[in-house]
Amino acid sequence: MHKQEFLAQLRKGLSGMPQDDIEERLVFYSEMVDDRMEEGLSETEAVSAIGTVNDVVSQILLETPFPRLVKEKIKPGRALRSWEIVLLICGFPVWFPLLIAACAMVLAVYLVVWSVMIALWATEASLWVGVLGGMVSAAIFTIRGYGLTGIVMLSAGLCCAGLSIFLFFGCKAATKGICRLTRKAVLWMKSRFVGKEEAV
Amino acid sequence: MDIQLKRGLLDVCVLAAIQNKDSYGYQMIKELKPYVELSESTLYTILKRLETANMLTVRTVEHSGRLRKYYHITEAGRKRINNFKDEWKEILSIYRFITKEDDENA
Repeated sequence: MHKQEFLAQLRKGLSGMPQDDIEERLVFYSEMVDDRMEEGLSETEAVSAIGTVNDVVSQILLETPFPRLVKEKIKPGRALRSWEIVLLICGFPVWFPLLIAACAMVLAVYLVVWSVMIALWATEASLWVGVLGGMVSAAIFTIRGYGLTGIVMLSAGLCCAGLSIFLFFGCKAATKGICRLTRKAVLWMKSRFVGKEEAV
Repeated sequence: MDIQLKRGLLDVCVLAAIQNKDSYGYQMIKELKPYVELSESTLYTILKRLETANMLTVRTVEHSGRLRKYYHITEAGRKRINNFKDEWKEILSIYRFITKEDDENA
């Protein structure tokens, strides 16, 4: 890919972000390509050294604060007309609760997902308590002469230990997965705010 | 590594790259490469953050028939590096305390 093509695609990918920010970033990337070419790389090599447009856009989106993207998206392209302002004010009792409800729903989903994670780790912790309980009660029962019950408690403790080791890897993988999913969800939400307009 | 810690480290790394001589984006990436992998977008974000915090200034210079931005460290930027050095002396002494037992057992 040539530099101009890369910059045009990057501009398109970032459309929706503040215009001055886009221009500054394009100048920055253009300089990066030129500096690499000055070192002896061909134009296409210099562009590919930076990465694909999608990767660059994703990286930029992750580093751009969400409120900034929202602010730019809701900023009207022209001054609002009187009737639009009146409509906004009159519609406030409708759109504001809907907006709050939407935000609350997103937050609720996020909290539910993390609640599941907390529940999983709590189960893991309780299994370790089970291990401890099993060992202690096995010792007590054995000392008091209830050997068979002691063996049963020891077995229960060992079962808990086995399950907790097994669950630990599950919990760890699930936590990593949720973190990755959260990152993807944030990126997806941010991408809803950019890249839909035609290149200027 | 903790994100906040990494962010603070990268800020100081970029400031350190220009503490002796003004530099430009690609030069900084090359200079920092042996120590930390820095993508262009991350560097851009750091430079903007440092510029907003008045820790560096930018000037555009004509170079080989095109424009190139050079970054210059300010007094606030130098102060940030010095603060970082002081903070790390403290952190290193805590680290030594934490690993003291390991060293004794080794």
